[in-house]
Amino acid sequence: MTERTRIPLHRDPKVRAIVFQLAALFFVVYGIYSLFETTVENLVSRGIQTGTGFFDEVAPFQIGFSPFLDFNLGQSTYLDVFFVGIQNTILVAVLGIVAATILGFIVGVIRLSPNWLASKVALAYIEIFRNVPLLLQIMFWNFAIFLPSLPAPKNSIELGVFYLNARGFHTPTPIIEDSTGFTIWMALLAVLVAGLVVFARRAKTRFEETGQRLPVFWISVGVLAAGGYVLYLIAGSPLGFDVPVLGRFNFKGGGQLPLPLFSLWFALTIYTAAFIAENVRAGIQSVSHGQTEASHALGLSRKDTVRLVTIPQALRVIIPPTISQYLNLTKNSSLAVAVGFEELVAVWAGITLNQTGQALVIIGMTVAVYECLSLLTSMILNWYNKRIQLTER
Amino acid sequence: MKLSAKIATTFAASAVAVAQVASAGTLDDVKARGELKCGVSGGVPGFSAPDDAGRMQGIDAAVCDAIAAAVLGDASKVTFIPLTAKERFTALASGEVDVLSRNTTHTLTREASLGLNFTYYNYIDGQGFMVMKDSGIKSALELDGASICVQAGTTTELNMADYFRNNNMSFTPVGYETSTQTREGFEGGACDVLTSDKSQLAALRTEMKDPSAAMLLPETISKEPLGPVVRQGDDQWMDIVAFTLYALINAEEAGVTSKNIDELKANPGNPDIARIVGTEGNMGELLGLSADWSYNAIKQVGNYGEIYARTVEPIGIPRAGSVNDLWTRGGILYAPPIR
Repeated sequence: MTERTRIPLHRDPKVRAIVFQLAALFFVVYGIYSLFETTVENLVSRGIQTGTGFFDEVAPFQIGFSPFLDFNLGQSTYLDVFFVGIQNTILVAVLGIVAATILGFIVGVIRLSPNWLASKVALAYIEIFRNVPLLLQIMFWNFAIFLPSLPAPKNSIELGVFYLNARGFHTPTPIIEDSTGFTIWMALLAVLVAGLVVFARRAKTRFEETGQRLPVFWISVGVLAAGGYVLYLIAGSPLGFDVPVLGRFNFKGGGQLPLPLFSLWFALTIYTAAFIAENVRAGIQSVSHGQTEASHALGLSRKDTVRLVTIPQALRVIIPPTISQYLNLTKNSSLAVAVGFEELVAVWAGITLNQTGQALVIIGMTVAVYECLSLLTSMILNWYNKRIQLTER
Repeated sequence: MKLSAKIATTFAASAVAVAQVASAGTLDDVKARGELKCGVSGGVPGFSAPDDAGRMQGIDAAVCDAIAAAVLGDASKVTFIPLTAKERFTALASGEVDVLSRNTTHTLTREASLGLNFTYYNYIDGQGFMVMKDSGIKSALELDGASICVQAGTTTELNMADYFRNNNMSFTPVGYETSTQTREGFEGGACDVLTSDKSQLAALRTEMKDPSAAMLLPETISKEPLGPVVRQGDDQWMDIVAFTLYALINAEEAGVTSKNIDELKANPGNPDIARIVGTEGNMGELLGLSADWSYNAIKQVGNYGEIYARTVEPIGIPRAGSVNDLWTRGGILYAPPIR
């Protein structure tokens, strides 16, 4: 055994690495600290008060759209405004992500269609909407298309009990009138669903044993819809409906999808779907043609080839860039202020900031919310991505 | 060691540099720069909106022109920075603009908590409502349940909420970022009512495709004294802004106009006028300016009456006998003497 040669400390790469990292850390921390100190000092010297004391103050303004949380002028606080803002941001983000995914997938597939016209239409769609600034698109849809083309409330477009006008889309909302009947209905529905689960299992066993397949999905949907309605009648029609009624200015009662939300949702969907369509196209094209040929050779039908061979492999390529598009959509929802939708940036980083002047606290909280939403979205999708990745054995 | 020492010095230096910006004298900055940075709305005819040549025109813009004339001797040395209602206070506090002349209402909260000082008022306003004539509405008390277009983050929004609460009425706000967007929303039917300061409503009405289709309701629901704002902690600059505005008002009261000021300078007639045109006393020196500060402002921009006639009258708001007239003529415009 040779004796371990002793290296002087300053030449030991390990020691050196630690020292340099500690030094780097020190300067970063010192930099942040001095920035913070300077900010506080400047705020004090300019007589700007800062803090979170305004959270409990009653918000002196009205918020028009809050579908889930209650907002009452004269009672709700600034902190309630914060939560209403988050709620509306999440609402438009979720609506946008769902719609953009569906539209993007369809356009992406059409883009690869052997039909020349269909594929070129999809190409034109992608190139037009991907290359025009989003803010412009939001304002275009709202001010140039929807507002001028939709009628005033008095001349609303009637679709049964649904009404469409320049203020938005008005729908009846269900209300539980008979709570015992409602409980009975729910219990009966649970039994029905349990039955369908058993049926699905049976069908699977049968497929594995005999190779005969049943259209389980469509049967379930049909049974659930028809059965659900029959059970609803059996339970004694426990629901009533709050139907919108035209008041002096607009419809009262029922649910409302306000036009600003619709315009924003529409624009975000159209814009983001163009990007997602390209991801889908890239994903599908990344699956080598040999895979399709092999599955045909194995006797899989065209439908099964797409469902079981192409899509699962394409998803591995599609998902990572699509996560970024979801994050972009969520962050882009902050452009809502141009059309008057009351999301986080409009009511919190906008109105509240202006009324209280607490820029530091408010902007900090807004940043934190977007950061959390983005991390949460990536976390969920990364988990899904990991699940569908190739399992290497 | 050397490197880290350098970094430490850099950090320390930058911290000091940031701290210094806060306390620098605005007057010296403006003089050194050779131009005044003025925050305006940029989209309200009569107050601040670009003309055909791209030059900012209006009563708010004229205040900045006058300050530039008083400080730098040239009314054209102003850079106008259009700001939204949301941006304005941060822009002023952070030093992006030297003075904020953006139809901004003086309130206690703003004065006490934002690190700002309001000087005096160049226009005294009140909030009103505008509706389409064919709606048949004659009073603001008939507005229960209406959708109302409003510029987000303004005192307008608060007055409206208070007014509806006091009168037990409900409403749906439709908040836009700029006043142009509120007008587009109102014209397009996104709301039944457009609310703002009455002067702004009159101005926005002139921009509509068919101005005669809209009308203002008679109610005035708030007090909106509008005027230039400066940063706290620079009293000299605050005095300069305030007294430039006072000089314009005093000039009107004394009958000094941009047309006759040269004559009056040669032959003032009375000591009041002599002090206004700068031939008597050391008013300019006391403010840290040249002796002809007020002469330059009045000569190049005009007195308050001339400015009003040029900017606000054309949008359809007459002055005679209104609150914005001189105190000697039944208004409440009253400037401290220049002596």
